[in-house]
Amino acid sequence: MTDAAFSRNEMMIVAAARELAGQRVCFVGVGLPNIAVNLAKRTIAPDMELVYEAGVFGARPARLPLSIGDPTIVTGATSVVSMYELFSLYLQGGLIDVGFLGAAQIDRFGNINTTVIGDYGAPAPRLPGSGGACEIAITARQVFVIMRQSKRSFVERIDFRTSPGNLGGAEQAERIRREGGWLGRGPSVVVTDLGIWHFDETGEMRLDSLHPGATLGDVRASGGWEPKVAPEIGTTAAPTDLELRLIREELDPGGAYTR
Amino acid sequence: MPVSDTKVASMRDAVTEFVRDGDTVAIEGFTHLISFAAGHEIIRQGRRDLTLARMTPDLIYDQMVAAGVARKLVFSWLGNPGVGGLGGIRRRIEAAPSAVDGADGLLPRLEVEEYSHFGMVARYTAGAANLPFMPLRSYFEPDLPAANPRIREIESPYGDGKVYAVPPLKPDVTIVHAQRADRDGNTQVWGLLGCQKEAAFAADRVIVVVEELVDETVVRADPNRTIIPGLIVDAVVVEPFGAHPSYVQGAYDRDNRFYLEWEPITKDEDALQAWLREWVFELDGRAAYLEKLGPERLAALRPSGPAPSGAVDYGAYR
Repeated sequence: MTDAAFSRNEMMIVAAARELAGQRVCFVGVGLPNIAVNLAKRTIAPDMELVYEAGVFGARPARLPLSIGDPTIVTGATSVVSMYELFSLYLQGGLIDVGFLGAAQIDRFGNINTTVIGDYGAPAPRLPGSGGACEIAITARQVFVIMRQSKRSFVERIDFRTSPGNLGGAEQAERIRREGGWLGRGPSVVVTDLGIWHFDETGEMRLDSLHPGATLGDVRASGGWEPKVAPEIGTTAAPTDLELRLIREELDPGGAYTR
Repeated sequence: MPVSDTKVASMRDAVTEFVRDGDTVAIEGFTHLISFAAGHEIIRQGRRDLTLARMTPDLIYDQMVAAGVARKLVFSWLGNPGVGGLGGIRRRIEAAPSAVDGADGLLPRLEVEEYSHFGMVARYTAGAANLPFMPLRSYFEPDLPAANPRIREIESPYGDGKVYAVPPLKPDVTIVHAQRADRDGNTQVWGLLGCQKEAAFAADRVIVVVEELVDETVVRADPNRTIIPGLIVDAVVVEPFGAHPSYVQGAYDRDNRFYLEWEPITKDEDALQAWLREWVFELDGRAAYLEKLGPERLAALRPSGPAPSGAVDYGAYR
């Protein structure tokens, strides 16, 4: 398959979906996580339970909802509960294996900003805010992130810490998680339109795989710090025909997520 | 006269009687069952200085803020999910002071009080249960407690660490849309439940807006589905399609086209004000709004087929 056969956004969604192999219970964030998780459910993780913050456990959406609140996440689901129950019993109670989040800004330690660019009191622009992300980041056993990578999004210093990652590094993060009794171990993977990052023993993200057609030069040109790169960097396997067909025909025929 | 006969009201009368200038108003419903009909009536009646509370302000608070009804916004996620932003609100909280200084007929800056989702549902729960705060395991390292000093760190009285506390949220009036209620306001909902139960119990006054008014026997046949008892309801308004462009499980779908088409409107203050004139101020109520949308638009939102629940047997016991 050639590079022209799929877009970078499609590669990002496919790579993010594949990272969910073997996961049992996934809390689905708004935006790109929604299509990645629904693709995983249709391919590599058919038994995975989808949890939506709107109050659904065991969702089986027949179509990909534009919003993460949609009647299709209710019909055929295992359970529908109030949002207080969802956040207290399912999330805070420790039942979520993976929280899948998007981000406007991320730093090298996986701390996420979705609140403001600039000063909180006079932002430019104002972003949506936490929603459930702050508590997902603290309590889900691991956090996956999917986002497009650029100088504006991969930054040396985020403008507002909405959701904690590895704080100032693994040592500090592990101490604070232990002292505070956090259930979460923090971020474990970041999938972008250029590659796949995991977190090393220092708590910093490390580029482990480049998507087909992407170069280290592209990665360096789309980030605010000199990235750590795995000694033997891999190449992400291109999307299969099945993955592309599911995205284009079933999940996102209008191109809302893949444009 | 039995109390039940006094609650059924028109939207105009319910808003006139129960929504007052300066109130804290919660029109709740998490993507589902959002009472756009009530929001538009509040705009038409020209309420002012409201504190608008909602987890996700959605398009309805964008419209209400742009119409000038609000002084303050209490929220946890600000956006048009899957689409974009809420320009009517953003223009009143972002930098560019010229757009918000109150001069030249422009609206003053909007005060904001921000939480996370868990924080907002915990606030309603504390308000409903008459507690001074609700503890939660969130906010430990994020910047939100610095931005909002009402989020406070507390030590467990049992010596096992710290948690965060949020204060109760007790709206003056909570407005919820639902599938059905009886004349006394016993209200049944299925599909996403959001935080409507907690927001209603936390409020001083409650307006319930329903697709269908049903006999009390319908409610009593399925008591597990009743989320709000008539005991706490002040007014019952019958307004089919009153949640459009949001949705009502089993009755009509989310009008995603409307949410997509909102993006260019909300980005342009003049377009937003023109939309308010055309779709709110120049119409006298929900019936005119639905007529203007047209029957074909509404018919296309019906579910593609039925998906009935299995009936359960509660049993009779004498």
